[in-house]
Amino acid sequence: MTFSSIIIQLLNGLAAASSLFLVSAGLSLIFGVTRIVNFAHGSLYMLGLYGAYSLIEALGRTPIGFWSAVILAALAVGLVGIVIEVLILRRIYRAPELFQLLATFAVVLVIKDIALFTWGAEDLVGPRAPGLSMAVEILGKCIPAYDLLLIAIGPVVLGAVWLLLTRTRWGALVRAATQDREMVGALGVDQAKLFTSVFFVGSVLAGLGGALQIPREPANLELDLAIIADAFVITVVGGLGSITGAFLAAVIIGVAKAFCIGIGTVTWFGFEISFSKLTLVVEFLIMAIVLVARPYGLLGKPQAVQRIAADPVPPLTAPSWKVALVWVVLLLGVPLVADRYITIMLTDIVCFALFAVSLHFIMGPAGMVSFGHAAYFGLGAYAGGLLFKRAGLPMEAALLLAPLCAGAFAVVYGWFCVRLSGVYLAMLTLAFAQISWSIVFQWDSFTGGSNGVFGIWPSAWLADKTTYYYLALACCGTGIALLWRVLFSPFGAALRAGRDSPLRAEAIGIDLRGFQWAAFVLVGALAGLAGSVYAFSKGSISPSTISIGQSTDGLIMVLLGGVETLTGPVVGAAVYTWVRDAVARHTEFWRAVMGCIILLIVLLFPQGLVGGLKALFLRWKEQRA
Amino acid sequence: MLSVKNLHAFYGRAHILHGVSLEARAGEVVALLGRNGAGKSTALKAIMGLVPPAQGEVTFDSQRIERLPPYRIARLGLGYVPEERRIFTELTVMENLEVGRQVGRGAAPAWTEDKLFALFPNLAGMRDRPGGRMSGGEQQMLTIARTLMGNPSCVLLDEPSEGLAPIIVEQMAHSIRMLKGEGLCVLLCEQNLHFSQAVADRAYIIEKGQIRFGGTMAELAANSSLREQYLSV
Repeated sequence: MTFSSIIIQLLNGLAAASSLFLVSAGLSLIFGVTRIVNFAHGSLYMLGLYGAYSLIEALGRTPIGFWSAVILAALAVGLVGIVIEVLILRRIYRAPELFQLLATFAVVLVIKDIALFTWGAEDLVGPRAPGLSMAVEILGKCIPAYDLLLIAIGPVVLGAVWLLLTRTRWGALVRAATQDREMVGALGVDQAKLFTSVFFVGSVLAGLGGALQIPREPANLELDLAIIADAFVITVVGGLGSITGAFLAAVIIGVAKAFCIGIGTVTWFGFEISFSKLTLVVEFLIMAIVLVARPYGLLGKPQAVQRIAADPVPPLTAPSWKVALVWVVLLLGVPLVADRYITIMLTDIVCFALFAVSLHFIMGPAGMVSFGHAAYFGLGAYAGGLLFKRAGLPMEAALLLAPLCAGAFAVVYGWFCVRLSGVYLAMLTLAFAQISWSIVFQWDSFTGGSNGVFGIWPSAWLADKTTYYYLALACCGTGIALLWRVLFSPFGAALRAGRDSPLRAEAIGIDLRGFQWAAFVLVGALAGLAGSVYAFSKGSISPSTISIGQSTDGLIMVLLGGVETLTGPVVGAAVYTWVRDAVARHTEFWRAVMGCIILLIVLLFPQGLVGGLKALFLRWKEQRA
Repeated sequence: MLSVKNLHAFYGRAHILHGVSLEARAGEVVALLGRNGAGKSTALKAIMGLVPPAQGEVTFDSQRIERLPPYRIARLGLGYVPEERRIFTELTVMENLEVGRQVGRGAAPAWTEDKLFALFPNLAGMRDRPGGRMSGGEQQMLTIARTLMGNPSCVLLDEPSEGLAPIIVEQMAHSIRMLKGEGLCVLLCEQNLHFSQAVADRAYIIEKGQIRFGGTMAELAANSSLREQYLSV
């Protein structure tokens, strides 16, 4: 690389960093005050892009039209943020944090379909910025003038946000609420208004980040989850709640990505290394390295514990094996009366039930929320498929070896993850899932790339759908029973003790980190089993089994059913899979319908379906007594 | 000015307050005494709405407040100074005071930063120091000053003397007497009987979430069996 091309890549990186910084700053601000991990933040960014596109069309491709469109789009997205806060989040601030997360997933689904309905499924390519479409020559190479402007906007916004936070009363309130929002309320500050204003500012930043990108990238429906992954990485690398940290991280990651593209394919010591393929992974590698060295990010501090008078998690009730047996017998009988369609659907549900139960094990009783649980499900699916297809193993052997492969990945990923806690841990799990996804997605020659793997069918004696359903029931049922049993073993008790009070657990001699690592591997292997059973039932696998979408599906199942109950995840998996299928057969906009159903449940049953029904049942019993 | 009748409150499922009743008038310092875990802090938090009362009445300035959120209660002129100080450690002294600022109210004394620095001279020299880099005594003064910025007519003080050096405790007692002089009503929780005797006009004794005694400090001083039974460790 010559000196001039290094400079060009640097400028490219800095230009890309600006939008990333804007989105991440908004996310960080909102998280700091409300403690909500706003998964819908990427959707707000996406709306910014679409909004700017439409407004430019309406206002004309003139400099005034363009810049008014950008600003109006950002403000409009701010209003959307206010609507989300006032209509949904304000009602559940006292609910457990994970439930607020579920609500933001639902918002993602709804916004995606609103965008699909309004703007259609085609990518929309915006105009170049009028008046700035020329290129500037730097060291003999051309760089778009608009990129230079973006490079300047990043630090300007950083300065503006910094002034807002340190020089105004609003800023003092925001910083105070980030540390102790209950105390701020006791001093006479209306938290609801403060939260709404923070949501507005954060959303405007996301919308602005999106709107400014319109000359650089087409508006499309995949941006929401793509950008939220980037924004999570940047906030975590920079340190949650640190705006300057977010800027630093955005610059580091933007530049690193630009260099990966710029370097291209290089041959070192006879090995061909494709740096451009690294672009999808490089930010997650940076994040993994930063978090292991600095568990709170570059400029972050340990999170303040918010004082909210929430009830402690009630102890789990042990599984009732008799009831479970009745269910198994019922499930065994279903194919005798039901048609092929229901049998196939039940096979799916059984796989997702084990997936959800394994996620519940790690996030509920073990207290380690995973945003990337699909990694193990997907890796299990791929391991099964590839052992069968590429290694030529018999299907039965491939099916049973797959969980071991997923478990092996969990050994590696888990080693890093158990070093962190809380949101940082959740983000790192997401990072590992994305790394796995992009490797699978790009390794055409081995994994089939974006097409996936085809022709992975079960052996002849299992080919019949009913027989395969029994196999799935046996495999996944055993997995679920094993996880439930383990929860009530001394090992499970130690994990639950570690969740409730890590310090005390370690003080009585529990090697908490070791136990958590073991738990990670156990659930990884069982999620892998679910994935491999799923793969052979479908006959093919695609990278979407490892995607963020699959991970959030798992979270929705667990949270929908209720994280405080043992059976909740199973019910959640069944209800979600069944309703999604039923809705998707009737409308193209099934996401919006699902999102609204989830929001309704969130607002009506803040303890999840099973928890809510239990509470209703208890109240009914009390009234009768 | 502040009247509590038959107040019940829960922490999760634990029933902490079992029908607490007490009263505090303008210009009066009232001490709520009791051992660790007797329910003193919970009583103040329930009055302030931080622990929602399950049952009972709280009347402040002839207005019922037991169903109001904390910020509304604070805006009516009831100030709350928490036990663990809860200073905003990232914010400077001036910013901490800014967060506490509310508009003035008719009857209550109006405070400014300068007036507060006269009451707590130690704070005057550290306007730009972050709250996290102050000593315990300085933080205790700041937390009271921060609450006073809301111009309250009545202040709830949770263990103002806890963990402070004897000389600072002296200063604290002096400050509380000055607040009384300004016409404020002060309800404070204490384990330190000596400190209470130095500042309070009347006292209640709370045990297991119930009021066991209410009377003047002189009555309490005369009754050694009462002190023996409920206060000595």
